[in-house]
Amino acid sequence: MSTAPSVETGATAAPAVENRSRLFQFSPARIVLYAILAIFCIYYLLPLYVMVVNSLKPLSEITAGGMMALPQQWTLAPWGSAWSTAQVGVEATGLRPYFINSILMVVPAVAISTLLGALNGYVLTKWAFRGSTILFGLLLFGCFIPFQMVLIPMARMLGLMGLAGSVPGLVFVHLVYGIGFSTLYFRNYYAAFPTELVRAAQIDGAGFFTIFWRILLPSSGPIAVVCIIWQFTNIWNDFLFGASFSDFDSQPMTVALNNLVQSSTGVKEYNVHFAGAIMAALPTLLVYIVAGRFFVRGLMAGSVKG
Amino acid sequence: MGFLDIKQATKTYGSVKVLHETNIAVEEGEFLVLVGPSGCGKSTLLNMIAGLEAITSGEIAIRGRSMNGVKPADRNIAMVFQSYALYPNMTVKGNIAFGMEMHGIAKPEREKRIGQVADLLQISHLLDRKPGQLSGGQRQRVAMGRALVREPDVFLFDEPLSNLDAKLRVDMRTEIKKLHQKLGTTIVYVTHDQIEALTLSTRIAVMFGGYVQQLGTPKEIYDNPANMFVAGFMGSPSMNLFPAKVVSANGAAAAEISLANGSAATIPFAGDRMSASVGRDIVLGIRPEAITDRDGADRNSKAIHIVEAPVEVTEPAGSDTFVVSQIGGKDVTGRFRADVAVKAGDVFPFAFNMEKAVAFDPESEQRIA
Repeated sequence: MSTAPSVETGATAAPAVENRSRLFQFSPARIVLYAILAIFCIYYLLPLYVMVVNSLKPLSEITAGGMMALPQQWTLAPWGSAWSTAQVGVEATGLRPYFINSILMVVPAVAISTLLGALNGYVLTKWAFRGSTILFGLLLFGCFIPFQMVLIPMARMLGLMGLAGSVPGLVFVHLVYGIGFSTLYFRNYYAAFPTELVRAAQIDGAGFFTIFWRILLPSSGPIAVVCIIWQFTNIWNDFLFGASFSDFDSQPMTVALNNLVQSSTGVKEYNVHFAGAIMAALPTLLVYIVAGRFFVRGLMAGSVKG
Repeated sequence: MGFLDIKQATKTYGSVKVLHETNIAVEEGEFLVLVGPSGCGKSTLLNMIAGLEAITSGEIAIRGRSMNGVKPADRNIAMVFQSYALYPNMTVKGNIAFGMEMHGIAKPEREKRIGQVADLLQISHLLDRKPGQLSGGQRQRVAMGRALVREPDVFLFDEPLSNLDAKLRVDMRTEIKKLHQKLGTTIVYVTHDQIEALTLSTRIAVMFGGYVQQLGTPKEIYDNPANMFVAGFMGSPSMNLFPAKVVSANGAAAAEISLANGSAATIPFAGDRMSASVGRDIVLGIRPEAITDRDGADRNSKAIHIVEAPVEVTEPAGSDTFVVSQIGGKDVTGRFRADVAVKAGDVFPFAFNMEKAVAFDPESEQRIA
């Protein structure tokens, strides 16, 4: 008699355990999987950790050999120094002027190359003309010309145009290189854009540019974001063109960072270098975080069909 | 000269002629349907009227003004597309207003016309929504609203109903017909659906292979098809077409047909229109509703003839039962009343209404009589 209830509770308990294990799914394979993922995560985040902690401690703590340790004395002084007082090349200006140079270079270069890419994509897909496929092929080909190959011809061109050693010159170089990729993005995006919309707009009386501004561009959000992220990252991080085509007063951030690390008056200020390196990387990170939010698919959903 | 004149219009892509010399004169207020299978040139012709495709030779004129080389926007036309082609980034109101805005119509006038059209199409409550938030039928209405608000000379419809589900399609079809009756506008409508063509149009142009096969009223097209293509394409189930020989029986022309059980039967033609063709091999065309059970036959017809034929398949369709027999090696479908007791394997009397029979030349596929 007394055993019967306990058997019953055992029977009801079993499914409950099963439910719990299905909820959390702690099977051995899964534990191994997460462990491996965690190891890779740490592996990739370790450099960032080293950079951040070392940029926040006095130089003495680094030279004492505590690379991995958290700062004993937290300080923002290395950041201040990297930004406005550190020795960059021959002048002690910090990275600020070069950061501004980079902004002045990257904003117009990204904006214009994206816009021209969109315009190219629009023409190549909706107003295709004889030879447009060849033209597109050539533009694509331009994407894959190694940077080193064009250094000397480009230097000559910039000289002829009077843009040598200036920020507008750098904008021009990045523009030329950027158009190939931005055209590729937008052409492929607009190829899937319903041509009937363009025809409807034509019948409604809209002209070439009106259709572009009013119909196509407002529907290009996702691809524009992709294009902007790509162009911004490439142009901001470029070192070769920056080092080749700029003067002291027009150097972008990447070149200045190199100069900061190279030029030292006595001791190497590792903490300042780390702070400078993070500063150089921040804008691209920011673009990913901000623009990535707008990278939503399906903005076109519902324009045609159901 | 019509309201919309298509004169000797052709279209060539490279060396391929997709539209051969086409002549259609559309009167004001007419509802012309271009119907045909895909690739027949109907959409090309519509796009040529719209000005979206250049005309290779010939002329298209609206209100007597030649449209060759005139931009789509300046032709005073409006078009409803198969995919609706609503601008996804604009509200319904923005969509309807866009054309007027482009044509420089002042804002108060735009608002007034949008209000009128929205009332007419019962979409007033949708004006602030985006196309993505609308159902298929609602998008269809908005697309029509966008066309109506322009008050164009000619409306062009490019398969506007083919993206809708079956029930909605029938509803919208009625709606379009009502709209045409109410507004009396001139419409050119492209479809591959022959039912749509028959129900909507005042005239139909049946197209195939880049040619207009026949141009006529729905009744002309249905009762008097010009050739075997038109006969087979229009009507559902399609017209029965089977080989027969014209013989002389009791002094009158009759069709000799061979049945599935090997026997032959002769059915006299109505009237004497086939007398000149005695001895000829023909293709006989009779619509399913002209082959019935004995009691279901048309009482007004003076040429009902009974043929005892073996039944191969019966297909009950609720309101009718379709009964299939083999004649001259072809499946021939008759439309029997639903409650006729007939089953596969029976030899059953089929009543042929020969007043409705038409004959074609087997070689040229053209109509003889």
